[in-house]
Amino acid sequence: MAILSKDDAQQILKKVIGYSKADGIEANLNGSDAGNIRYARNSVSTSGEDSNVSLGVQSYFGKKSGTATINEFDDASLEKVVRRSEELAQLAPENPEFMEPLAQQTYQESKTYFDSTAKITPEYRAQAAANSINPAVAKDITAAGYLTDNRGFNAMMNSKGLFAYNRATSVDFTVTMRTNDGTGSGWVTRSFNDVSKLDTAEASKIAIDKALQSRNAKAIEPGKYTVILEPAAAGDLIGLMFFGMNARQADEGRSFMSKKGGGTKLGEKIVDERVNIYTDPWNEHVPASGWGNNGLARKKMDIIKNGVVTNLFYDRYWASQKNVEPVPFPGNRIMQGGNASLEDMIKDTKRGVLVTRFWYIRPVDPQTLLYTGLTRDGTFFIENGKIKHPIKNFRFNESPIIMLNNLETLGKQVRVGNGEGFGAPSLIPYLKVRDFTFTSLSDAV
Amino acid sequence: MKRRNFVQLAGMGITGSLLSFPSIGNAVSSEILLESPLLASQKKQLADVALNITKGLGATYTDVRIGRYLNQFISTRENKVQNIVNTESFGVGIRVIVKGAWGFAATNEVTADGVKKAAEKAVAIAKANSKFQKEPVMLAPAAGQGEVSWKTPIQKNAFEVPVSEKVDLLLRANGAALKNGASFASSNLFQVNEQKYFASSDGSYIDQDVHRIWPTFSVSVIDRASGKFKSREAMSAPMGMGYEYMIPKAEDKLTGPSGMVLYKNSYDIIEDAAIAARQGKEMIAAKSVEPGKYDLVLEPNHLGLTIHESIGHPLELDRILGYEANYAGTSFVTLEKLKSGNFNYGSKQVTIFADKTQPGSLGAVGYDDEGVKCKRWDLIKDGVLVNLEAIRDQVHMLGQTESHGCCYAQSWSEVQFQRMPNVSLAPGKETYSSAQMIKDVEKGIYIAGRGSYSIDQQRYNFQFGGTAFYEIKNGQITGILNDVAYQSNTQEFWNSCVKVCDESEYRMFGSFFDGKGQPSQVSAVSHGSSPARFNGVSVINTGRTI
Repeated sequence: MAILSKDDAQQILKKVIGYSKADGIEANLNGSDAGNIRYARNSVSTSGEDSNVSLGVQSYFGKKSGTATINEFDDASLEKVVRRSEELAQLAPENPEFMEPLAQQTYQESKTYFDSTAKITPEYRAQAAANSINPAVAKDITAAGYLTDNRGFNAMMNSKGLFAYNRATSVDFTVTMRTNDGTGSGWVTRSFNDVSKLDTAEASKIAIDKALQSRNAKAIEPGKYTVILEPAAAGDLIGLMFFGMNARQADEGRSFMSKKGGGTKLGEKIVDERVNIYTDPWNEHVPASGWGNNGLARKKMDIIKNGVVTNLFYDRYWASQKNVEPVPFPGNRIMQGGNASLEDMIKDTKRGVLVTRFWYIRPVDPQTLLYTGLTRDGTFFIENGKIKHPIKNFRFNESPIIMLNNLETLGKQVRVGNGEGFGAPSLIPYLKVRDFTFTSLSDAV
Repeated sequence: MKRRNFVQLAGMGITGSLLSFPSIGNAVSSEILLESPLLASQKKQLADVALNITKGLGATYTDVRIGRYLNQFISTRENKVQNIVNTESFGVGIRVIVKGAWGFAATNEVTADGVKKAAEKAVAIAKANSKFQKEPVMLAPAAGQGEVSWKTPIQKNAFEVPVSEKVDLLLRANGAALKNGASFASSNLFQVNEQKYFASSDGSYIDQDVHRIWPTFSVSVIDRASGKFKSREAMSAPMGMGYEYMIPKAEDKLTGPSGMVLYKNSYDIIEDAAIAARQGKEMIAAKSVEPGKYDLVLEPNHLGLTIHESIGHPLELDRILGYEANYAGTSFVTLEKLKSGNFNYGSKQVTIFADKTQPGSLGAVGYDDEGVKCKRWDLIKDGVLVNLEAIRDQVHMLGQTESHGCCYAQSWSEVQFQRMPNVSLAPGKETYSSAQMIKDVEKGIYIAGRGSYSIDQQRYNFQFGGTAFYEIKNGQITGILNDVAYQSNTQEFWNSCVKVCDESEYRMFGSFFDGKGQPSQVSAVSHGSSPARFNGVSVINTGRTI
C-alpha cells in the first residue's frame, strides 16, 4: 500500500475532491516505506522498517480553513476526513493571509526514483553494516554507523484542477570510526537516490584511515587560518544560509538580507564573484521533485550569480503582497565547483587546516548570520603543501557570508546529504577559504 | 535538541505543508482531545493478550505500552491566528526478550488481533537478532507494581480551556509587545497529554496521564535607520503542569535587574511581552561587550541549558559506552572517573541531582517506560562525581542492581531507551539572594534566558549565549550588553562555581526537544537551579560586519 502509482493516487484524490461541499479543497496523499540499521560497538544495535501512508485534507470557506488527516482509505473514511476538515474550517478564525489553491501547473518530471533502492532488503542492510564493521575490527577500531533508506511518493490535488505526483528513493549512510585507544576518530557520509552507487566498505575505509591518521592530535593556537573544508563541512554552512534567504523577513528588516535604511540586498553583490549557487531539480546527481509546497512548480534558478543575490524565497502570500511571482524553497542546492582536487588544494597551501566536518552548529547572530560549532572526526594541520599532523578540534565562530567573501579556491563537487543544515541533498565543492575564525580548542576526540 | 523541526512546524501557516502531521499524529478536532481514553481494564485485557502470546513463544520478558498522545499547538502573529493544530496518535508497542535478544514491534491496530500480530512480530525480530547477539541482555530486576495509576498533579486541564480563550491571551500578549514598541510579535502555546498504559511480564499494570504546557513568544524590535534588529524570547519555561501555569500569581514572580520579572510556577505572558519589547528597544542602543574574563551570574532559565549540555548529557551511560558515537557523540566522563570516587566535576558548591519525581517538571512521571518507579538520586555530591544515568539493561555495568528509572519512548511506535532525567543544581544552603550576589561582583555579566548553545561531541568545550545580558560593575547593574557569548571547558567551568543562591529563587528551565538516537526521538526534560556565580569565565564578542 505504501507506494501508490500515479493512477492509483489520482483515483483516490479524485474521490476526495468529489466529496467536498466547501468553497474549495486541497488534498495531499503521501506514503513511504523506510528501513534502517544502526550499529555501535561493532555490533548491530537496532534495525527496523516503517511503512506509512497518510491523507491530509484542507477545506476552506472564504478565508477560514481546516485540516484533517487520516490513514484509512475506504470510501467512508475518505468522506469522513473531508467532513471533518470542513467542520474544522467552519470553526477556525479567519486568516487574512489565506491563499486559495493554485490552478493546474506544468511540471517537468524528475528522475528521483530508482528500483535498486526501492528493492533494499533487511539482508542488504545487514550486509552493508557487516561490510563496515568487519574492516574496522581488523584494524582495532570500533565502528558506529547508521544506514537509512526510503522509497516514497507525494501526490496532491485541489478543486482548481491541479494534480501533482512524484515518487522518490533515497539512501543515506554515515559511519564514525574510533580507534580503541580513544585518541583517533574518523567519519564519512554518503547520500544517493540510487543505492547501486553506495559501497559501505569503500566509504568505511576512508573513515578508518582518518581515525588512524587522527591519533594523538597536537594542539595549535586558535585564530584565523586558511582552511580547506570538505564538502560536508562547507555544505552545512551554505545550507544554513538558505534558511536566512526568506523574502518576507528581509523586507521586514529582520534578516542578514535586510539593508540599512530599508529594502533588501536582492541584486547586490554579497560574496566573492566566483560564487555561483543555484537550484536545478533535474540535475542528475541531486534530482529533486519538480514541485514543492502547494503544488508550486519548481524551476532551475540562480540564487547567487557571480556573487550577486538573484533570488529570495517568496511564499504565495508574500509574493501577492509584493506583486512578484512566488519563489518556492528549493528542493536541492548546487554550488558550482572548480577543477582542483583535494590533493591539489593541499599542495597549494602554505599553512592551513583541513576540516572533515562540523558539529553542533548553532546560530549566534542572525544580523550577520554568525554561527558557532566545532570541527570533528579528522582535523589536520597543513604546512608547505603537505598534511603535517592531526590537530585537536577547534570551535569556530564564522558567518557563511564572510567565508564566501574569503574564497581562495573552488574544488571538485561532491553530493552531500542532510548534514546539520539543509534537509535536502546538495552538490558542494571542496572549498579553500582564508581567515576562517577558530576561537577556542576542544579536547574532544 | 531538535528544535529546528519544531520551529518549522510552529512557523507553518494554515496553508503550509501537511507533510509534517503524520509524524506527530492525525489532525483532529479539539473535541476529540477530550474524549475518554480506553478504560484501564480494557487496556489490561489487551496487554494480557500480548503477555500470554509472547510467553507461549518463548519470551523471557515482555512489556506492552498502549499510548494515546494528544497535542494542541496554537500559533499567532501580531493580531492574526496563524495556525491551530490538534493531533492524536494511538497505538501499541510491544518489546520482548527472546533468547537473550531484544525485539520490538508496534501497531496502530489496538485490538486483540492487532496486538497478537505485533506480539508475534516482536518475537520473530528478537529471534532474528539473537543470532548476532554477542552477550545476552541482562535486565536489572524491577518489582511488579500491580495495578497502579499516576497523574500529573494539574489543577486545570489545558485541553478543557476553550481555544478562543487561549487565542485571546496570545493576541493580548502580542498586543502588549506592539504597544511597548515592538516591530513584530509572535506567540505560541503548546499543550501535550500522554495517556500511557504500561504492562509487563514482571506483573506491572501502570496507567499514567501526563500533562505538559509551554507558552512562548518572540518579540522583535527593528531600527530601520541603522539596519539593526534584536529579538527577545519569552522568559517562560515549558512545564509539567496544566493551564494553571498560564494564570499569573504574585508569589511566583521574582524581580530581576532593570525591571525584569522572572517566573516560578506560573507565568504572566502579557507582562513579559511588554517588558520584552522595552528590553528589545534598549538592546538596539546597547553597547557591545569588551571581550575578556568576567564573573558570570547566571539565572536559572539560562543556567538550565548549561546544566543540560555539560552535565545531563555527559552522564548518560549509553553515551559513555559508545552507543551514540555516530550521532550525539560519546563523553569525556568514563567509568574509571566514576569508580575513582574522587573526580572533581565541580567545586564544593556543586551538588547535582537527578529527579524524575519533581512536581511541575517535564520529566516527572510515577513510573518510567519500563515500569520502574521513579526516584531522585545524586549525580555529583559536593563537586565529586558519584553516579550516572542508567536503565534496566545497562545499570549492571555500574555494578548496580536497580535501574534509575529514566527510560522513555517518544511514542507507542518507537522503542524506549535511556533518556536524560530532570538534572538539577541543588540550591545553596546559606541564605543568599541574587541581589546580594550581584552586589558582591566587581566585574561581571548577569545572563538571563536561553540563547545560542553549542558543545562538542564529548562535552568538553562549550559556547553559550543568552536572551538578555546586563553588565555588572562594582556591584551595580550598569546596563544592557550586546554580542555576549561565553566559552569554557565543562570541568573548568563547574570548578569556577563559587556560590549558589538559596532555595527561595530556585526555578526550572525546560525543553520539549532533547534529541537522541537514530532515528531521532525527542524527550521533554527540566533543569532546576537557583542563580549561581562562576568566576573568571572567558567572554567573547560575537559582533561582526558583513
